[in-house]
Amino acid sequence: MSFLRLEQVTRSVDLPDGSRLEILRGVDLEVAVGDHVSIVGRSGSGKSTLLNILGLIDTPTSGTLEFDGIPLERLRMGARDRRRGRDVGFIFQQFNLLPRRTALENVMTPLLYAPGRQFWRRERLATEMLERVGLGARLHSTPDQLSGGEQQRVAIARALVRGPRLILADEPTGALDVETGARVMTLLDEVAEATGAALITITHDPNIAAMARRHFRLDAGVLTELGQPVLAGPPAAPSAEAAL
Amino acid sequence: MNLWTGLVGSIVEAWGELRVHRTRVLLSLIGVGVAVAALTVVVAGGAIATQVQIEQSERWGGRPATYQLNAYSMETGESAPASRISPVVEAAAERYGIRYWSRMTGDSLRVQLSDGVYHVSVQVVDQPYAAIHRTRLLHGSWFTERDAARLAPAVIISSDLWARIGSPDLRTHPTLEVVTPERTVVVVVTGVIESPPETEGGDLTAFMLTDPFAAAGLATTPSDQLFTQFEFWLPPEVADELSARLSAEVAGALGEGWFADVYRSDYLAYSGEDPFLVQKLAIGGVAVLVLLLGALGLVNIALVTVRHRIREIGIRRSFGATAGRVFFSVMMESVVATAVAGAVGVLIAVALVKNPWVTEWLDAYLQDVPPFPVDAAVIGLAAATGVGALAGLLPALVAVRVKVIDALRL
Ligand SMILES: Nc1ncnc2c1ncn2[C@@H]1O[C@H](COP(=O)(O)OP(=O)(O)OP(=O)(O)O)[C@@H](O)[C@H]1O
Ligand SMILES: [Mg+2]
Repeated sequence: MSFLRLEQVTRSVDLPDGSRLEILRGVDLEVAVGDHVSIVGRSGSGKSTLLNILGLIDTPTSGTLEFDGIPLERLRMGARDRRRGRDVGFIFQQFNLLPRRTALENVMTPLLYAPGRQFWRRERLATEMLERVGLGARLHSTPDQLSGGEQQRVAIARALVRGPRLILADEPTGALDVETGARVMTLLDEVAEATGAALITITHDPNIAAMARRHFRLDAGVLTELGQPVLAGPPAAPSAEAAL
Repeated sequence: MNLWTGLVGSIVEAWGELRVHRTRVLLSLIGVGVAVAALTVVVAGGAIATQVQIEQSERWGGRPATYQLNAYSMETGESAPASRISPVVEAAAERYGIRYWSRMTGDSLRVQLSDGVYHVSVQVVDQPYAAIHRTRLLHGSWFTERDAARLAPAVIISSDLWARIGSPDLRTHPTLEVVTPERTVVVVVTGVIESPPETEGGDLTAFMLTDPFAAAGLATTPSDQLFTQFEFWLPPEVADELSARLSAEVAGALGEGWFADVYRSDYLAYSGEDPFLVQKLAIGGVAVLVLLLGALGLVNIALVTVRHRIREIGIRRSFGATAGRVFFSVMMESVVATAVAGAVGVLIAVALVKNPWVTEWLDAYLQDVPPFPVDAAVIGLAAATGVGALAGLLPALVAVRVKVIDALRL
């Protein structure tokens, strides 16, 4: 069953000089529950824009989008907000942590909007999630006291804490060293696997891309599915292992 | 259930916001608190200052509406003898239910002091005089009805005169010897009023009640030849009509050849408008200005931080906060915070205006201390809360209107 279905989705913006910038052109995409998708593409090709549309943060200029079987136009703003909170876990490219709030408070934020049990147990859940990303000792540090990689892990913990059905990760390992990056990706993979969530990862790292089951490339707003992971240069160790 | 967690969640969130932004919040709230306190204190202080002036005027000209009545002969212009007017006035006062009226006659007493006999000017009045003029006593008390029946007449003297006789304790019933051509009359000092500050020992004055004064034979001339004025304190609503009737009745009773003149003497006599209106308006203007400044400070801080708040609202919304929820949180945060700040401001104002030092000091100067300006406090509180709502409205409206993606881009 497809959780997300995009058909001929475009997104364009009017630039101050009066011209029109087409960021996405005719994007078709279907993502099923439990899918693991990677999207690669050059800087400025529209990856973040696509991810924002998938997560109901942005809206297509034209085309259709179905979220969990419901056409986008049938979801009113409040319903969109609630669905986003319940079903989508965002890992932003720029982290978007709330400044001056501790790691724990940041991770608790999505649970503030959760009903019932999750709300009342927010501190426990957030602490557990931070422990899973290896930040159990930094619960009370604010973003400005954390390194870039640590901030990214806080952002990841925050995305996963409500157990979303769709995890959208915009370069989740961009600020991490290879080893931590691999660990975090494994965690993302595990959580997605355990909860049956769909995971969509944007990455520049071929090794990270290789962990996905389906691979896409975005080129100047045009999305194409790649048959096989394309690795630049000689195969790296992790992917060689994966191939075995 | 969802509603409940939503409500608790909003409170948790707003509280968290207040904690994180405590410096900004504190700064803006101090502004609000100070503004409300200042507003209330200014209004209270203004009311007190006005009351001080009013009471001073009233000590001189009587409380609104005080009327003076005299009767003259049309031919000679000489004033009618009090003994002819008194019964008419008494009957009329009885009929119209006028409780406060007094005869006023000026005379002088020759008083024996340690270093000789001195002239003391005496105001001969009736008991209600003190109520009409807010007469205040430094020591002792004003005449009572029983003083009329005393053997030795009671006298209330000025503090200068009291000092001349050695400032005796009134409980020892100090006396004065009044020298008349026939004999020496002993009068008992039952009260002391304050002499005007600039007289420096020279204010030798006294008050006595009309009947004991006459009975003791203290008048320097036959009392009917003394000029006596009649004074009435009338309810302002009916004062015009009542005073006209009084003068008509007095003139009628005196008969042909006499006319009665009545005029108003209190501070409201000359203008129908409140003579302190300008002062009150000025105070009100200052108060409004103070409040506006406080509001401006709050709105200013809200504007400066709105960008940064919108971004945070975007982040919250990407994690499931609905626009309505953010609106509620933001509004609650700023309204509750400013209301609390306003309340603290009112408490500060109460502490300033109603503390024992101030009230003691006021009691010494005023008879009717104006009540705490509850209306100013309420207006200040309401205005503070309104301004808080206004300052919160901007980010709150943005939360409702803006698209999440645009909020995140800020
Ligand atoms: N609101 C906007 N107004 C103007 N231009 C925009 C807007 N949003 C996106 N763009 C432009 O659209 C293009 C695609 O942006 P997007 O952020 O999706 O790229 P990206 O593929 O994520 O790039 P990167 O790998 O550098 O993050 C960029 O050229 C960007 O400048
Ligand atoms: Mg991007």
